[in-house]
Amino acid sequence: MAIFLTPATRAVWQRNFLVWKKLALPSILGNLADPMIYMFGLGYGLGGLVPQVAGVSYISFLAAGTVCSSTMNSATFEALYSAFSRMHVQKTWEAILIAPVALEEVVLAEILWAASKSLLSGCAILVVVAVLGLSHSPMMLWLVPLIFLVGLAFGALGMIVTLLATSYDFFMYYFTLFITPMILLSGVFFPVSQLPPAVQVISAFLPLSHGVALARPLILGQVPGDILLHLGALCAYTFAGYRVSLRLAHRRLLK
Amino acid sequence: MGPLGIMATETKAQHEGHDAFPHPQSLSPGGEGSFVSRYATSPLSVSGLTKSYDGHQVVGGIDIRLSKGECLGLLGPNGAGKTTTLRLILGLTVAEGGGITLCGLPVPEKAREARIRVGVVPQMDNLDPDFTASENLLVYGRYFGLADRVLRERIPGLLAFAGLEGKADAKIGALSGGMKRRLTLARALINEPELLILDEPTTGLDPQARHLIWERLKRLLAQGTTILITTHFMDEAERLCHRLAIMDHGRFIAQGTPREVIAASIEPQVVEVFGEWNGTGTPAWAATCASPLCQRFEVSGETVFCYALDAHALLAHLDGQPGLRYLHRPANLEDVFLKLTGREMRD
Repeated sequence: MAIFLTPATRAVWQRNFLVWKKLALPSILGNLADPMIYMFGLGYGLGGLVPQVAGVSYISFLAAGTVCSSTMNSATFEALYSAFSRMHVQKTWEAILIAPVALEEVVLAEILWAASKSLLSGCAILVVVAVLGLSHSPMMLWLVPLIFLVGLAFGALGMIVTLLATSYDFFMYYFTLFITPMILLSGVFFPVSQLPPAVQVISAFLPLSHGVALARPLILGQVPGDILLHLGALCAYTFAGYRVSLRLAHRRLLK
Repeated sequence: MGPLGIMATETKAQHEGHDAFPHPQSLSPGGEGSFVSRYATSPLSVSGLTKSYDGHQVVGGIDIRLSKGECLGLLGPNGAGKTTTLRLILGLTVAEGGGITLCGLPVPEKAREARIRVGVVPQMDNLDPDFTASENLLVYGRYFGLADRVLRERIPGLLAFAGLEGKADAKIGALSGGMKRRLTLARALINEPELLILDEPTTGLDPQARHLIWERLKRLLAQGTTILITTHFMDEAERLCHRLAIMDHGRFIAQGTPREVIAASIEPQVVEVFGEWNGTGTPAWAATCASPLCQRFEVSGETVFCYALDAHALLAHLDGQPGLRYLHRPANLEDVFLKLTGREMRD
């Protein structure tokens, strides 16, 4: 499969970056507020009732899940609502496609941009985790590339949904049927081992599970198990999402 | 009338007949040699182009050959296939049959590379609402691989060309429809294109804004830019285009210079008749009297359009009918357009 990491891809990415720069501060604060409320609310509130999970305080356990789920949310929102605005409402993609830019480059730039934005959200939470002393290990720096990979996977999956969407309302299905259940099934709030065995099988296939499975030990200063399996799964979701997106994009925009 | 692939001698003759816009090629000597070189550097050549959607043929075998510095107008009612033709030319959709060479490169195979030398003004404005006027040009220029330094040099000149000198830092939402159109034109020129493709550039604009756009396009033509324009404004076509093609149901149904198209397609004189006749309306007059007085007539509501080679007899008759009023004028492109594509509404 051809990879379209070209100057034109960069130019499209830069376009989104320039828009974001104008609203950077409120955007970062907005991305940070929601996950922080959950982490502190559940971490300290529920943490008082649940003294230890998997050998650590509940809030330390929750930190990795919060980083991953907010990365997922950030990439998903960008690939859904923002990309849909550019593609369908503002016709920005149409304007770009009459310049010497291929559709492959536009789609890839959008996925890369969604991942870039989620990198900021994920890292912002990581900084809070470090400042609060919830993690002391330099191993947590591995989370930076991991966040980007999780962002790519959810950017690519979100792009599929965007290319199928006829209006913003369509995205509710994706959130209700995919994103929200995934947060509960991927070990964000509690270990996957708490789930019934049959549901654990489903969990093992979810992209967020693979992100959490790598992030949690790293934050706690441990080497994760099955590194290649988890990385492979996230890469597979990214590539599959990109390929399907390209198919759909051709069908939708170059008919 | 020949195919749209006009031969050198014809092209020369047309340009002489169209002296309002001095044309670069009319200054160069004709002859076989220059024809060959012109052929080789044609900014756009299309042959036998076809495209269907759901079994319905939208483009039905059209041929276009543009000479450098020429302005070709595609005229046609809504749904005639004009926009689809442009999308095919730009490689934004794939044809079923036929060949396209854009700036010397085959489309769709090399469409992306070919578009480096093409500027496009789309039918709908799609300027970036999050950016100012100058940011729109900067961001757009980057898609062409142009360095920011080069773009920052070009932007003031382009804004001036578009009459937007004071609007460099204005948000798109603060611009009028005419200003947005001009900024879209400036955006299409950011790469200094050889070929400019405009899809209904003045639809929805007031006359002042429309005239300003025409004036700028004439300036570009004078500088040697080749233009392909779609429109359904006949005066726009008559003012700008060296050649035009009237398109309907995916086919070219008339083509040539504006004068040629009028001469070949319609009687030279038009008399519009309205008013009262013998206590009834003009349709009754037309049914009773019009046939022997003109070559052809059409009834549209309460107006009768009479088309004649010589209108003397008709005018003499009309002067003897006290209730009838009339307007006598030469035939124009709009008459041709209505004759060829019909008077019924298209959506």
